[in-house]
Amino acid sequence: MNQTAMQLVLAAIVVLPLLGALAALFPAPPGLKGKSPDQAVLRHGVTVTGAVFVLSVVLAAGFDHDADGPATMQAESDVSWIPALGIRLHLGVDGVSLPLLVLTALLTFLCAVYSYFTMPAGPSPRAFVALLLVLEGGMLATFAVLNLLLFFLAFEMVLIPMYFLIARWGGAGRGPAAWKFILYTLLGSVVMLLGLLLVGFKGGTFDMVALATDNGSGLTRTTQLIAVLAIGAGLAVKTPMWPLHSWLPDAHTAAPTVGSVLLAGVLLKMGTYGFVRILLPVAPDGMETYAPFLAAFGVTGILYGSLACLALARNGARGDLKRLIAYSSVGHMGFVLLGISTLTPTGVNGALFANIAHGLITGLLFFLVGALKERTGTTDLDALAGRTGAALYGSAPRLGALLAFGAVASLGLPGLAGFWGEMLTMFAAYDPAAGLSRPAYLVCMAVAGFGTLLTAAYLLVVVRRVCMGDRTAPGAGDRRPLGDVRRYEIAAWSPLVTLTVLAGLWPAALLGLTDPAVQKLLAGGS
Amino acid sequence: MTYAPGTADSAVSAVLAESVVQSVDWLAVAPPTIVAVAAVALLVADLFVPGRAKHLLGWGAVAALALSLLALLPLLDGDRGTFCLTGEPDVCSYTADRFALVVQFLVLAGALLAALLSVHDVRATRLPAGEFWFLLLASAAGAALLPAARDLATLVIALEVASLPAFALVGLRRGDRLSAEAALKFFLSSVTATAVMLLGVSFVYAAGGSLHLAHLAHLADGLAAAPERLETLAAAGVVLTLVGFAFKTAAVPFHFWVPDTYVGAPIPVAAYLSVVGKAVGFSGLILVAVLAFPAYDHVWGPAIAVLAALTMTAGNVAALRQRLDAPHSAVRLLAWSSVAQAGYLLVPIAAAGYADEPGRAVGATLSYALMYGVVNLGAFAVVAAVAAKGGRDSQGGRVTDYRGLAATRLPLALALAFFLINLAGLPPGIIGLFAKVAVLGAAVDAGLGWLGVVMAVNVVIGLYYYLKWTALLFRPAAPAAETATPVSTAGTTGGTGSAGPVAPAAPAGTLRPAGTAPLTAPLRGAIGLTAALGIALSGAPQLVLRFAGEALL
Repeated sequence: MNQTAMQLVLAAIVVLPLLGALAALFPAPPGLKGKSPDQAVLRHGVTVTGAVFVLSVVLAAGFDHDADGPATMQAESDVSWIPALGIRLHLGVDGVSLPLLVLTALLTFLCAVYSYFTMPAGPSPRAFVALLLVLEGGMLATFAVLNLLLFFLAFEMVLIPMYFLIARWGGAGRGPAAWKFILYTLLGSVVMLLGLLLVGFKGGTFDMVALATDNGSGLTRTTQLIAVLAIGAGLAVKTPMWPLHSWLPDAHTAAPTVGSVLLAGVLLKMGTYGFVRILLPVAPDGMETYAPFLAAFGVTGILYGSLACLALARNGARGDLKRLIAYSSVGHMGFVLLGISTLTPTGVNGALFANIAHGLITGLLFFLVGALKERTGTTDLDALAGRTGAALYGSAPRLGALLAFGAVASLGLPGLAGFWGEMLTMFAAYDPAAGLSRPAYLVCMAVAGFGTLLTAAYLLVVVRRVCMGDRTAPGAGDRRPLGDVRRYEIAAWSPLVTLTVLAGLWPAALLGLTDPAVQKLLAGGS
Repeated sequence: MTYAPGTADSAVSAVLAESVVQSVDWLAVAPPTIVAVAAVALLVADLFVPGRAKHLLGWGAVAALALSLLALLPLLDGDRGTFCLTGEPDVCSYTADRFALVVQFLVLAGALLAALLSVHDVRATRLPAGEFWFLLLASAAGAALLPAARDLATLVIALEVASLPAFALVGLRRGDRLSAEAALKFFLSSVTATAVMLLGVSFVYAAGGSLHLAHLAHLADGLAAAPERLETLAAAGVVLTLVGFAFKTAAVPFHFWVPDTYVGAPIPVAAYLSVVGKAVGFSGLILVAVLAFPAYDHVWGPAIAVLAALTMTAGNVAALRQRLDAPHSAVRLLAWSSVAQAGYLLVPIAAAGYADEPGRAVGATLSYALMYGVVNLGAFAVVAAVAAKGGRDSQGGRVTDYRGLAATRLPLALALAFFLINLAGLPPGIIGLFAKVAVLGAAVDAGLGWLGVVMAVNVVIGLYYYLKWTALLFRPAAPAAETATPVSTAGTTGGTGSAGPVAPAAPAGTLRPAGTAPLTAPLRGAIGLTAALGIALSGAPQLVLRFAGEALL
């Protein structure tokens, strides 16, 4: 495909959701009225997100996969917008951002399809669809823009829609959870803005590509240290890195299914993507100084997340299944941070792989738990399991199988997507970049390895308590029979399952994309 | 020069004549002059216009302000000065440079929008029309004169011309205790600040020997060499002079008058004070600090930085503590928020004290002020519209009354949400976001990292109350019998929820029947204009942010 067409496709991917959001506010035109206004607007959401997904697939197909292709910016367009602040509408994709772009478009489309059939309880679907589309626009823009301040704009754009999605369509405790989410992330991102401004002023430009090419040569060591601290703080809140994670469990628990899927599947990736895209190439000295701390916080997150999950999965802990998956996200993102902190191509590739895998698997898990909640009315593990277990295998075998599949994928079973990211990360921690303390990283690796054990433990406990059990046991008789997986649910989930298997069996497809770009970012654009 | 050198006598008289008779560039002084002349004309006209046609006076004021805005156009081609010293043609008392034009545009456009809001209010609340329009225009004329003034005497006079009518405007609601109290509070604290400032000006004059800002800058540069004894006097003068302008911007510790004054004043007057009053303050501050006292930037730089940090924090914390169900909480919240916003406005001025190019640093203040002017006037316009709808009862104007506005008046709710989110500085309020970025950029560029962090924290605090109000707009309206519901936000005052389709019986004396009566044309125009401006600026932020990137002074 020629360059102009690619440019247009990428621009359309970013702009289309925003136009769609605007259009959702108006009544449907004649001919598209549908059965009711609600149905029409939900269908509008499916159409727009579907179109965006198709465009992202077109973009991926037109992407130059040859040897050096993924390392260069493609579909690049660069238009001046606000010269006073040095803000240019600079868009482009490379091997790092393309997979995330496609993942975002896919997950949003699946969410739109899912909510077409099961609209979460709350006010009118019109606002829901509009907010979902604004959210999609912000998420896609985050991965597509190449200007620091534009990145900040896109980073902020997701806040208001996600706030309203949680606060208006969420479950119990949604009000405080939504506040916690938006105030935490805003505090982080405003501090990040200070760092971005510092980098922009000292480096002389806000353009990410130019700054990456400079590879920190224009910035003094002190500037880099301050910049990494400020930008890193903002990204770490979003990721979230322990101990800045405390907004996450509440937000994930209270959000509607669709909100949880996008929060875990995409929003968390915006933080780690920022680390790779901005901090690694722009401030290499600063990153080198802070890398061991990042690694330490990362593995603490792994350990903390799994221990919290174990505590929640215990019998009689009244643990919430959504909250458990949320905490497991803290652990998985710990692996991503550990991978980035090794500053080696292996580690960063592993981190990016784990990013995608987590998006697929955790997205699937939140869908499944949402379905479970819809059927049983609760996500409380004790209430679900009763004395012997919820016996999902018996009452809804396909749902149970899918849940077990998600769980083993999440614990990193070889052959599924979750495996490669964690393995590459630990592999890189065994041999971190020159200049980093190897013993420290060996300790981190050992702790991370122990973390995988704990992860396996709690996920298996969950499978044991939810999927297995005696259907005929006393106390289980009053349980309603559960409906098994419906057709639209298969439609919404099967892409995630397929991709999880595919990424597990053929990791080279993804690594071939990210590796050249990562090599280039670490080497400073050369 | 046209005189032939004759006797000594004629030479002396020629010099005298030259120094006394000046040619005045009427085009340069047209914008404030038009407004001032219109003010007097309307006051006189009020005597002859029959009561039925009084509303024409309002349209006359609107027209005068629009005309003065048009008078800015021919000045765009270059700097003009008038009332210059004969010996030194560069030293003028009135200069229409880019800085002056931008602030004049802000002031006159702000006054125009406030006038549009007032057209309805003056009639509805039976304010004396002639006096109201005279005072509003007189104050606007002073405010338009101030950014062009280039000597301390003109600055003080302009400040007083802008302030004195404002006291009367605040107290114009006859027979209203709240209004009188507001005016008195405003007057007393303002007069104190003016007195302190005059003391400072006299110190500066004593130390510097001139009132012209250009002279003062020059003399102050050489002050270290010349009279060393006077240095303390000069520094004290510098600080005291800033006090008067700090008061007008409502900076801490001169901010206590703001909420009571805004609540007591008619809503359009509060809107006027929140934008034009602040513009007067910060433009005076910029002129004095950057033009007259560049040699004392080690004194005023840190002072204004601390002032900025305290002001934004105090304003935001007070806004945070504002009970949403208290009477008049909507205006009170906007009042506290305007204090906080004043803190943001001060940040680039403080940065100018540290920057190599102070004239460039203050550009961010102008950009921010233009954004703030648009969205804050918009927010006040919506508040005025809701107040007009609900009737002006004693319980009116609570933030909780806005609950469910989206269900009954979607455009109004969307407009208010947009304005509030702009004030908070988050997308989709893109212009609000980037104006904050420009301000933060000025701080970071000048090495004021700590102030940047303080502002960052404040932005988060601000988001809480702006978003709370915004979220309230979209919540389902409270049931008509509010007392019966266990909703905590409705709180203790219950019983008279005046938002929503079911409004309480309007108390006697309000002219407008409660309910969903259509908005009057001027109100609708003001809201539409500000919303359109806000959206246009969000698409093309360069329109106002260009000032952040260039040297204006």
